Amino acid sequence: MSSATPPPVPESVANVAVEEAGGDPSLETGKAKGKSAAGNAARAVSSPWASVFAIIMALAWTTPTVGLFVTSFRNQKDIQTTGWWNAWATGFTLDNYKGVLQGAEGQPPLTDFFINSFVIVIPAVLLPLLLASLAAYAFAWIDFPFRNGLFVAVFALQIVPLQIALLPLVQMFQDLGVKNWPGGNYWSLWLAHSAFALPLAVFLLHNFMKEIPASLLEAARVDGAGHVRIFFQVLLPLIAPALASFGIFQFLWVWNDLLVAMTMLGGSPERAPLTMILNTISGTLGNRWYLLSAAAFISIALPVAVFISLQRYFVRGLLAGGTKG
Amino acid sequence: MYALSIAAASSDNVSKLLALLMGIAVFAAVFIGILLIASLFKGHLGEKIQAAAFVGPTILFIAIGLIYPAILTIRRAFYDGKFFDLSFGNARSRGKFVGFENFQALWTTPGLPGVFGNTLAWVILVPLVATSVGLIYAILVDRAKGEAVAKALIFLPMAISMVGATLIWKFVYYFVGDPTANQVGLINATLAKLGMSPIDFLGNAPLNTFSMIVIMIWIQAGFAMTVLSAAIKAIPDEIIEAANMDGVKSFQMFRFITLPSIRASVIVVLTTIAIATLKAFDIVQASSGGKLGDSVLANEFYTRSFVTQQPGLGAAIAIVIFVLVMPIIIFNVIQMRKDA
Repeated sequence: MSSATPPPVPESVANVAVEEAGGDPSLETGKAKGKSAAGNAARAVSSPWASVFAIIMALAWTTPTVGLFVTSFRNQKDIQTTGWWNAWATGFTLDNYKGVLQGAEGQPPLTDFFINSFVIVIPAVLLPLLLASLAAYAFAWIDFPFRNGLFVAVFALQIVPLQIALLPLVQMFQDLGVKNWPGGNYWSLWLAHSAFALPLAVFLLHNFMKEIPASLLEAARVDGAGHVRIFFQVLLPLIAPALASFGIFQFLWVWNDLLVAMTMLGGSPERAPLTMILNTISGTLGNRWYLLSAAAFISIALPVAVFISLQRYFVRGLLAGGTKG
Repeated sequence: MYALSIAAASSDNVSKLLALLMGIAVFAAVFIGILLIASLFKGHLGEKIQAAAFVGPTILFIAIGLIYPAILTIRRAFYDGKFFDLSFGNARSRGKFVGFENFQALWTTPGLPGVFGNTLAWVILVPLVATSVGLIYAILVDRAKGEAVAKALIFLPMAISMVGATLIWKFVYYFVGDPTANQVGLINATLAKLGMSPIDFLGNAPLNTFSMIVIMIWIQAGFAMTVLSAAIKAIPDEIIEAANMDGVKSFQMFRFITLPSIRASVIVVLTTIAIATLKAFDIVQASSGGKLGDSVLANEFYTRSFVTQQPGLGAAIAIVIFVLVMPIIIFNVIQMRKDA
């Protein structure tokens, strides 16, 4: 039944990409040696025009970010009078970051919203990861009635755009009075993000679990281990990379989300994540780029750091069908 | 709205962290509870109970958090009701049954037909351009020196939120209205240097739609490049070498060897980006809020549902998004099966 849901990219493709993304270096060199020199020469696009074009593209892709980054370290007056490419002549400052973190121009301090994003994202990654790993294990390795039908149903639900569930969910949380629970509307966000994430999480983790050789599990069973022990002692250590790759997806998705936050937090903006405050000040602060640029980079810093350090897990998940909207 | 809550927000950062700990504790307790229940049972019947304990919470969660609300939304699309009432689940406050009026309103409401036009431009241009650019780049840097770094540069925008990306590009597009002042946005400053007059890229339709489409392409090209690069590397060396011996030129190589070999991946990338584009509302929201003739369906869903208090119309738009996404995904799944 697992073959009913193959990953979109062949496994060999996925392996190459994981190595590319900085996987095991010894593996990489081994592979490079294995390739014939003729193959390498044949593949490489040798035209100088190709290099020039690639460099132009790389520049075009990075310049916008660099521009705003440089701007975030410039004085307010300099930003308004000269372009950021003149920054070396006009000097740098950290005042913008101090300003947004402490709250400048009547804006609330950004540290509060950084904490909000953090408080929202951790449980919203943890809950779907825990629930989905259990469900994926059962779908992959326990025989029970309606297993195939249920799995296909869960898989198919990936296609439901979250827009279609959003408004009734908001109302359900209001009816429940979530606002007055300890933790308040964080619960709305934790639970909503988890619900939207579960179909993809079950699908991804199931694909990874199914790849584990059945003999390993049978050996454990012969030793008298129950499903709970097998889950903990055999499977969890083996699917750690899969957990990491879904974890990064969900982390980036929740941290960067705007729609769910805006709809769920209508009545309690004091719990807003960074994206929401960024969206608001991009309207209210309009042209005050000295604050906007610093605020933008505070919101970008953590996901970019996570992304760079765990890139290979992200690529692996991407190639196993991990795309979500 | 935000100004009112500043004082409250800064005082309770400690309680927020306590909320975080509580959330983690509750979720961990649920997880451990499930495992404890499951480990109590042994034997053949025990296996069924264990399966239920493992799968049940997820199924229940999805049923309550996804399926039930989706059904409510579909029902909502056939009712009127001007206000975002808190308890529309009751027949009393749901308004009256209006048949397909909300769907008719999609065409008759002023501004909405234009929204469909804008959405069409997004859904056609973003996947096509992002995939082409990603593919070209993947081929150009394949086996080149510094390939990993070159790829990371294009890949990085994927980690940035769409709101952040919009801010980054707003500054690139920045337009200073005062003709005597210096243009400090990169593009307008360049135009000024070349002796041309500056352009308000995000201020006027239809140019603003295309300016924002560029932002989405900037975000999505990295995804296309990663997947397609992996596909290119999976083409067996023997095929390339054989073609090389036959004296195949670079472009022919691309046209007759590379492209057919990675066809399946190209389709996955195109459709995935199309779906992401159809659902993305953040860019329009962070740029103008869709007020400058540049709205798209996903943004209109938010506006109608939560701002202008037309939940019936909002529900109809959500259903349209769902219906538009569905064939793309079905096509995708069929393709996946064919190639697997």
